[in-house]
Amino acid sequence: MRRLAAVVLAALLPGLAQAELRIFSCEPEWAALAEAIAGDLVEAQSATSARQDPHYIQARPSLIAAVRRADLVVCSGAQLEIGWLPALLQKANNRDVMPGSPGYVEASSFVVRLEATADVDRARGDIHPLGNPHVQTDPHNIAIIARELGARMAELDPQNAAGYETGLAAFSDAWEKAIARWEERAAPLRGRRVITHHKSWVYLERWLGLEEVANLEPIPGLPPTVSHLSQLVSRFADGGADFIIRSTYQDEKSSEWLSRRTGIPQIMLPLTVGGSDAAVDLYSLFDDILDRLLGVLEK
Amino acid sequence: MRFDPARCLLILLPLVFCSTALSQDDDIESLRRAVAELRSDYEARIGELERRLAVAEQNARQANATAQKQAALQPPSAVAGRRSGQGAFNPDLGVIFSGTAWDHSVDPDGNDVPGFPFGGEAGPIEQGLGLGETEIDISANVDDKFTAWLTLPLALEDGEIVVEIEEAWIETTALPAGLSARFGRFFSAFGYLNEKHLHAWDFADQPLPYQAFLGDQYIDDGLQLRWIAPTATYLELGSEILRGARYPAAGADPSGFGSLSLFANLGGDVGTDSSWLAGVSWLDASAADRPSGPEDDPAIFNGDATVTGAHFVWKWAPDGNWRQRNLILQSELMWKNDAGLYSLPGGGPALAYDTDQFGWYAQVVYQPFPRWRFGARLDGLSADDAGPAFAGTLLETPSDDPRRYSLMADWSNSEFSRLRLQYIRDEAGLEDGHQWGLQYIHSIGAHGAHAF
Repeated sequence: MRRLAAVVLAALLPGLAQAELRIFSCEPEWAALAEAIAGDLVEAQSATSARQDPHYIQARPSLIAAVRRADLVVCSGAQLEIGWLPALLQKANNRDVMPGSPGYVEASSFVVRLEATADVDRARGDIHPLGNPHVQTDPHNIAIIARELGARMAELDPQNAAGYETGLAAFSDAWEKAIARWEERAAPLRGRRVITHHKSWVYLERWLGLEEVANLEPIPGLPPTVSHLSQLVSRFADGGADFIIRSTYQDEKSSEWLSRRTGIPQIMLPLTVGGSDAAVDLYSLFDDILDRLLGVLEK
Repeated sequence: MRFDPARCLLILLPLVFCSTALSQDDDIESLRRAVAELRSDYEARIGELERRLAVAEQNARQANATAQKQAALQPPSAVAGRRSGQGAFNPDLGVIFSGTAWDHSVDPDGNDVPGFPFGGEAGPIEQGLGLGETEIDISANVDDKFTAWLTLPLALEDGEIVVEIEEAWIETTALPAGLSARFGRFFSAFGYLNEKHLHAWDFADQPLPYQAFLGDQYIDDGLQLRWIAPTATYLELGSEILRGARYPAAGADPSGFGSLSLFANLGGDVGTDSSWLAGVSWLDASAADRPSGPEDDPAIFNGDATVTGAHFVWKWAPDGNWRQRNLILQSELMWKNDAGLYSLPGGGPALAYDTDQFGWYAQVVYQPFPRWRFGARLDGLSADDAGPAFAGTLLETPSDDPRRYSLMADWSNSEFSRLRLQYIRDEAGLEDGHQWGLQYIHSIGAHGAHAF
């Protein structure tokens, strides 16, 4: 009889029956990281996919419902999600994940953010005064954030703390080895000059020693214009750059146009997990980024 | 907590000293356990310190590497460890500028919609050049349990600058079980468009049912409760109790509890491309000496107004990548019943009135590529016959249902600036006509995230 009551109760209260931590991630890389550390201990959902520009997301009803049920919200931060995350948090009525509570993690706050500035003049474009939020393109940043995220998951789910610690140790170990492997492979890229669509790649550039020489956007956040692209054509007519890089969600027309006129090869790089067929997790994300960059050099 | 060997010794030494003086074995045993516990406690803390040191070293190594490489890459500008988001500056302050240049082919004065005398803020956009509204938004978290919002529109009325309190509300951020409460003055959550600020509208004016039934937008003073269900499908239930001072209420009932609203919303995604929101809402407002129609000699209503609404919104973007291309379909239906006594302009006895009215709109807005959007809207009203007592008055139900056809195109240089061109074929007033207009909406400073 008691067992029957327990079964009925478990059916009525699905939230109680599941021991796992529900994670709402703003971007795919943090959901992938949580899963890489914690495996089945967590159920991680990403609000955005690699095919979406994370600056411009609708505060959709489904996302409000997901935040309402989350135990942990993890986002890049540095105002990347300022156009939609505050609306989700305000509507979702979940006090456990409000900024300032243990259930809210701002990933970029744990690493050194580049391009932070006191100059917030919007005539210079969509500036993030707290720094560039696309921190996931440097695997050293991921290693730091993994430790913080692992500790936070253990804090929120103390019953499984040992599981998170073991998972974190295993991930950190494997990740350090992978970084060493990537750095060895990437040596030929050092000093190469890149033109990027948006300033999405500054952490990758710092890591690999790439030099960013121009952007397709005339100022950050504004779509490429014909006049700006024409200027780039005359500036790079005789070379001066090795790659034109865009992310999965960025329109390919501009980089293809510039590539045709300058002969500089253009490539799409996955900015996050899911950004290409090969980038199915964090490891294959960096494998694929290097494959694509090195593939151009081999041609 | 710092590891301090001196303090550790201070604790340990007396314990060790005392233990020699003790004769009983189990006392010694318990002391040993205590010492062992102390040791393991400190070992744990040392372990934690070592972990933090490792993180700090990692950060320092990175910062160092950054500093070296930045000379080649970009000017040195790195800040770590700062939280961001709302409240980077306290309070968040934003100003929204909007204005219109508008041309009515028929003078809007004296071309009211017959059968539906407007109340509240409803009315045509000003002929010619107009400043519209300049709005100051101030918001911040009050503390860990409350957040606050203030909207101060500045308007010119008869050459004088008038500051209003359009919204001034406090909302809880720490209620349990998916609940929140908002109190103060706020836009009612009735319907879909009622809560939207002017700068978030897709057309320069509100559709006819909002103008005729809600005085453009129903704002009042009171308390709102909302609950979000812990389900995968979005379900929101809410209710408001309001003072009842603004159209379609008026006079604040003598009790000061004049209006009650109920609302429910349901929503979700269909694949990665589409998402939807559907809702129903109900508003019961008591009206005491409520004016509508001509400002100098209005119709006065005493009684009870109920408005029932249903709305549906469908948003689509390929791969859900909103920035590149998107489409919004949106429609609302509203039913209004005014039951009570109407005193008509020009005097005379109050007449019993109990009439059902119906209003609707449907619109589509399409962004084919970044910056440009194009939209079309149909809106209309209809009503039951008000009865022979109202024949020949401003409450006589028109033989042709009021209707409008609108087109718009807007261009946004960034998310902070928008210029709009709008055309309306206006078959709502006594005389049919056209409206052409330009509108600008610009914002500086903090700009809150937009709801769905």
